[in-house]
Amino acid sequence: MSWFTRKDKGINTPTEAKREAPDGLWYQCPSCKKVMHTREHRILAYTCSNCGYHEKIGSQEYFELLFDQTRYTELDALMSSGDPLNFVDTKNYPDRLKATEKKTGLKDAVRTAYGKMNELDITVAAMDFNFIGGSMGSVVGEKIARAIDHSLETKSPFLMISRSGGARMMEAGYSLMQMAKTSARLALLDEAGIPYVSLLTDPTTGGVTASYAMLGDFNIAEPGALIGFAGPRVIRETIGKDLPKGFQSAEFVLEHGFLDFIVDRKDLKDKLTSLFKMLS
Amino acid sequence: MKTLLEFEKPIADLEAKLVEMKKLAVENNVDVSAAAASLENSIEDLKRETFSNLTRWQRVLLSRHPDRPYTFDYIENICDEFIEIFGDRTVGDDKAMVGGFGKIDNQTFMIIGQQKGRNTKQRQKRNFGMPNPEGYRKALRLMKMAEKFGKPIITFIDTPGAFPGLEAEERGQGEAIARNIRDMFMLKVPVICVIIGEGASGGALGIAIGDRVLMLENTWYSVISPENCSTILWRTWNFKEQAAEALKLTAKDMFENGLVDGIIPEPLGGAHLDYALATQTVKKVLLETLEELNNIPSRERILQRIEKFGKMGVVI
Ligand SMILES: [Zn+2]
Repeated sequence: MSWFTRKDKGINTPTEAKREAPDGLWYQCPSCKKVMHTREHRILAYTCSNCGYHEKIGSQEYFELLFDQTRYTELDALMSSGDPLNFVDTKNYPDRLKATEKKTGLKDAVRTAYGKMNELDITVAAMDFNFIGGSMGSVVGEKIARAIDHSLETKSPFLMISRSGGARMMEAGYSLMQMAKTSARLALLDEAGIPYVSLLTDPTTGGVTASYAMLGDFNIAEPGALIGFAGPRVIRETIGKDLPKGFQSAEFVLEHGFLDFIVDRKDLKDKLTSLFKMLS
Repeated sequence: MKTLLEFEKPIADLEAKLVEMKKLAVENNVDVSAAAASLENSIEDLKRETFSNLTRWQRVLLSRHPDRPYTFDYIENICDEFIEIFGDRTVGDDKAMVGGFGKIDNQTFMIIGQQKGRNTKQRQKRNFGMPNPEGYRKALRLMKMAEKFGKPIITFIDTPGAFPGLEAEERGQGEAIARNIRDMFMLKVPVICVIIGEGASGGALGIAIGDRVLMLENTWYSVISPENCSTILWRTWNFKEQAAEALKLTAKDMFENGLVDGIIPEPLGGAHLDYALATQTVKKVLLETLEELNNIPSRERILQRIEKFGKMGVVI
């Protein structure tokens, strides 16, 4: 038995969506190559109407999907990274930050907000992979920590949407300690008995997996998401052979007992609402 | 000294010369005390000069010195009694993560640490100090047991990282480390963590949430090893020296950046040259630190622990 909830009307069907779609904007599914209107694709929560492939989306799309009438208040919207180590590799870290900010329009790899989801109060943190691979530096840690504080203060459930390659190397030791900082706040949230749902999306690896992403009361994932501590390349090099098919997929992680359930993004909002209502 | 690092060789050469000089003096019955004293001074000067000017990469090499004391060496040298405890009660016993109750000057501690091997066979047995999820779960089981019996906890960190293996992934390496980090924050007993060698990333942090986190002088602690950092950012291993510089991963760096609470000095030339002195220094610091922490009420200690890590990070 999977999830079900009785309701008056279902979600929009692809046919309805197609009829309303404006001309000229097309999306092609990278998995099955089916072409559909971008409007249809958006109505399906950026999943493929044919094969169900979940397109990688960012904080803006999640906020639009989850918050009622897309109304939410963003927290710490202007916070950005310093360069405490004067880090230089092939590029200066500040230059890298500036270039990424210009390219993506984002200040860093996570955005946090609160608002209503089906009339329930909720605090959400959503990561943006486009910003240096969704890597976790001081801003990511601090914004998540403050979002958890907001959750604690308002006693509203906390939803963390992870999508990250892991640590922000240019912040070295500071980056590592963000795992500790965020987990510490989650210990307080846990103690306060406030629900924490961690949604793992494609991909969630490294230090994010080894901290807040795996600490939910409910660890849930989108279908097909890559989830792991070590990346597949590193593991392949360590064991010296090819990895089994489906290794580190959400389905694999669920079978090994580390996910509570896998959720289709089209159902995310309603399923979370069901869950939070059952807990209240 | 069994193994010599490049920058240890000039010192070793002079030391060999001194031994030779003394031997010849005895054989030929001549007085070389003046010359010997002068040579001894030169050795001391060279040592001081070498070890006060080490590059970050050289510190990394020292932290990995094959003769360096490991977790069990500290336990043997500072405990009057020790009872090793095995197993995570779920999957097995991880030999890369060891622990047990130990008595130091009449105070019982729970002591936990990553353990490296000394020769090829031991290294394999200890998995090069890279724990699997069972290791982290064993560590947490032992910590909760310490909490139950009101005993303070010491952790010794010395790992090139959590093991990146197939089974480790299947058994939830990320989840195991994450749970340790979160649950260590709420431990009601004092927790003192000491980086004794390598402190690589989440694999180190998984047992390094403490009221005091201390680093031995010649250790490193960061989010990634210089080699892996070089591979990712420069696409080749060759920039490991630059990566070590960029990561600012030494005890001095980490202390200056407020990411650890203190530095424990090592004997001149490194902990491997004098186990007795190295381990006794650690013992003294542990006992003093415990006394300090015992003065703080338990709940207050937990909140301070949370607040301390909460302040780490630089944002604009
Ligand atoms: Zn498709």
